[in-house]
Amino acid sequence: MPFQDKLVVAGRVFESRLIIGTGKYETYQENADALVASGADMVTVAVRRVNLTNPNEPMLVDFIDPKDYTYLPNTAGCFTGEDAVRTLRLAREAGGWDLVKLEVLSDPKHLYPDMEETMRAAKLLIDDGFEVMVYCTDDPVFARKLEDMGCAAIMPLGAPIGSGLGIQNPLNIQFIVEQTSVPVIVDAGVGTASDAALAMELGCDGVLMNTAIAAAHDPVCMAVAMKHAVIAGREAFLAGRMERKQYAVPSSPLAKDGLIG
Amino acid sequence: MNLVVNGQDYHDIPEGISVKGLLAHLELPEKKIAVERNLEIVSKSTFETTLLSEGDRLEIIHFIGGG
Repeated sequence: MPFQDKLVVAGRVFESRLIIGTGKYETYQENADALVASGADMVTVAVRRVNLTNPNEPMLVDFIDPKDYTYLPNTAGCFTGEDAVRTLRLAREAGGWDLVKLEVLSDPKHLYPDMEETMRAAKLLIDDGFEVMVYCTDDPVFARKLEDMGCAAIMPLGAPIGSGLGIQNPLNIQFIVEQTSVPVIVDAGVGTASDAALAMELGCDGVLMNTAIAAAHDPVCMAVAMKHAVIAGREAFLAGRMERKQYAVPSSPLAKDGLIG
Repeated sequence: MNLVVNGQDYHDIPEGISVKGLLAHLELPEKKIAVERNLEIVSKSTFETTLLSEGDRLEIIHFIGGG
């Protein structure tokens, strides 16, 4: 039954299949409000140097309590495997989590993952005891390799990060869903609610998004929309959609002769 | 003694200060950060007993918003 249907990643159970980012919000308070509205219980976070000139500036943890939400530290901004491993080791020390999001980027223009470095970093992290949720291209071959290596979740992009273009290659996402035993989570590219619903209808286990909510005119309202979209898409997937047909099939019985036949 | 913290030079640090002492000196909240010393992570449980040396390079990080 849909209401007992939970997302399980590396043995951890999550109530929501929506994971949201914490970047690009006007304020941490707006971010916290959107998070509550979204119903998500996992948030991605980045790791950066503290501001030594203003040690008292507000910190993310003051608004979104790591006791209430699962922090998923990411490696955004890392361009090599070594950078990614170093960043996540620090994140583990700061928060004590071993569930992490690996993201090794390449060209800043499209922010596609560098899959060669991603594969190398994933191996280093798994050997170091991390549970790796991996941001990857929507290539079923790489997705398979990452799963075989032991990644905890496969997270193919729907479209370039921050583009809001929606799922560009539903066929590939479907191939990945069909072949993968660990959760498949569309990460990046969602622009609006229907994009999230489509990801779930394709059979994905979850959707991760940041800009779609943060850059909406009303982020809190969009967070609510995304919550519903993910639930609707998931339930439609579980329900099993009707067969597509070439021609019309009437919903009411057709009359043979005259109005009431 | 001299230290490099997050890429910035610090010249007025007392000799033999601990990581805990340095964090207090910089007014940083211990619970919300992590420390790397010369590319090695300093576990929170050893902040008090880890003494810094001339020229050490430290990174002090925290969580910020990200996607």
